[in-house]
Amino acid sequence: MEAVALPELSRVAVCGGTHGNELSGVYLVRERLKRREDGTEPVSVVTVMSNPRATQLCVRYIETDLNRCFTRAALSAPISETSPYEMIRSQELNALLGPKGSAQAVDLLCDLHNTTANMGLCLISYSDRDWICLHICKHLQREMASAPVRYVHFDIPLNEAYSLDSVGKHGFAMEIGPQPHGVVRSAIFSAMQEGVQLMLDWICQFNSGTLFEGGSVDVYTMVKNVDYPRDPETHTITAAVHPHLQDRDFCLLHPGDPMFLSFSGETLRYKGKEALYPFFINEGAYYEKGVALSLARKRRVEIPSVRSETLR
Amino acid sequence: MSSRTIISCLQEAKRVAIFGGTHGNEMSGITLVNMWIQNSVEIERDGLVSKPFISNPRAVEKCTRYIDTDLNRAFTPENLSAPDVEGLPYEIQRAKEINRMFGPKGSSDAYDVIFDLHNTTSNMGSTLILESSTDFFNLQMVHYIKKAMAPHTCSVLLNEHPQLKYSTTRSVAKHPIGLEVGPQPQGVLRSNVFESMRTILKHALDFLELFNSGVEFPPCTVDVFRIQERMDYPRDTNGNITAMVHPHLQDCDWEPLNRGDPMFLTFDGRTILYEGANTVYPTFINEAAYYEKQQAFVTTCREILAANAIRKASNVFS
Repeated sequence: MEAVALPELSRVAVCGGTHGNELSGVYLVRERLKRREDGTEPVSVVTVMSNPRATQLCVRYIETDLNRCFTRAALSAPISETSPYEMIRSQELNALLGPKGSAQAVDLLCDLHNTTANMGLCLISYSDRDWICLHICKHLQREMASAPVRYVHFDIPLNEAYSLDSVGKHGFAMEIGPQPHGVVRSAIFSAMQEGVQLMLDWICQFNSGTLFEGGSVDVYTMVKNVDYPRDPETHTITAAVHPHLQDRDFCLLHPGDPMFLSFSGETLRYKGKEALYPFFINEGAYYEKGVALSLARKRRVEIPSVRSETLR
Repeated sequence: MSSRTIISCLQEAKRVAIFGGTHGNEMSGITLVNMWIQNSVEIERDGLVSKPFISNPRAVEKCTRYIDTDLNRAFTPENLSAPDVEGLPYEIQRAKEINRMFGPKGSSDAYDVIFDLHNTTSNMGSTLILESSTDFFNLQMVHYIKKAMAPHTCSVLLNEHPQLKYSTTRSVAKHPIGLEVGPQPQGVLRSNVFESMRTILKHALDFLELFNSGVEFPPCTVDVFRIQERMDYPRDTNGNITAMVHPHLQDCDWEPLNRGDPMFLTFDGRTILYEGANTVYPTFINEAAYYEKQQAFVTTCREILAANAIRKASNVFS
């Protein structure tokens, strides 16, 4: 592939506390904001605490999940003082970092998250051909020793893309687990700190004109979600994620492999025809969304060499 | 000539309760109790009645630790004797209700045994929590459970500290036992944690059945960890934490912490060492719910408690 010239990334946003109890991002943003006050900020980055009220109470959200409020429809819905807090906030963030889809939007938005699932570090994006995001992933994979790094793709068009990272021209969630919500584990915090720093280093080098060689990146594209088995009348769950599947995110799940262990001792197996890669296995926040795990197809994506366009 | 063993003759344990959802986001207990409310076969034993009970249903519905105040700190004499007025915090109303149903605390009408099921984000494994070092009945039960669980380890935590002891939901019973299993994130149900808690309860109920049938349990000793001190995170003037549990201490519940060992790691990478004079055994390391209670971990010291032989008291005058 020919080298591709892409615009410089002159404005970058680092967001944390989009879910107020995912503490690596909360503390990372707090520390970055503290250091900016001390004037030691080396890069032109805007650092934002996305959901300050939820962060204050250490809860995921106050009225509704902020990270589902960034669809076109949600961003253009009429709002008043009685609208849910997060609907008001998503429009504020869109004004600050967007507007989504416009030329004024930040060049790259990195939204920091934690998961209770054993996912290591994942960059989660709506695109499987955004060379900037894929190159950043490749850079982290090469340079990070402390956690496995993977690229997860949700194939959803921009208008329906519902998360904060879809506001930037380029964007991804940086998701790190496993960590319980409401807890900060130092190894997980350090991994996120390292990931953010490596991302900013890559951006600096890119903006300075460095040519980044192409290659390939494994991309996990989400195919479907699987809910817990539930009682048909009460809707309460009747099984837990099977011990053989628990913590085995990104280990290939074959038809017939154990998925759930019912409370009455029965093993329930994966009935799909196609072997797929599970992730978000037993994420605490997804019980209310009816998701026990997600399943992805993996494929190798070829990426071109890239360098920033220089204006002469 | 044989020396005479002192045998404590104790009342039968006929009225037993199993509490889940004292904290509405600790899922093992909630799931087990809801299961047993639907079908109680597993918890039935001859000679006793075991009542599964959701202690904080409003918190369970919202999958949150508590609504107004922590139920597991609410059973103080002041709260239990507070008049029934409007505007009383939910958990204080609930504490009074639970005290009426399963107590009154301290009276002869109180339930014999209450098991209170909890989870923790700390790497504590299976833990049994005692509030008294002289309750021989509880010590014998714990001894039985530990033996039955072996080789799976069951740690025993004793909270008899005059300042750190708190008024638990289970304290309305004559013999309160806390079951704490971790690590498990709040709001998450892990199969292995669920099954461990289920097994602990099975052995506990087996013990009660054996005791009620007249079996005599010989004198025994129990290794316990006695709570000493609560250690908070370093904080700034705004009350925000400035350091995290050090990676060398994280997940090392029940392991010795010596003077000079790493304890905290600041956000800018500086290590803070443990400066205590004696070796301690930390636990409840990095429990999510304790950030607001100013607790990064508690220190404990190891102790061996002794229990007399016990046997059910007979009804016949001898």
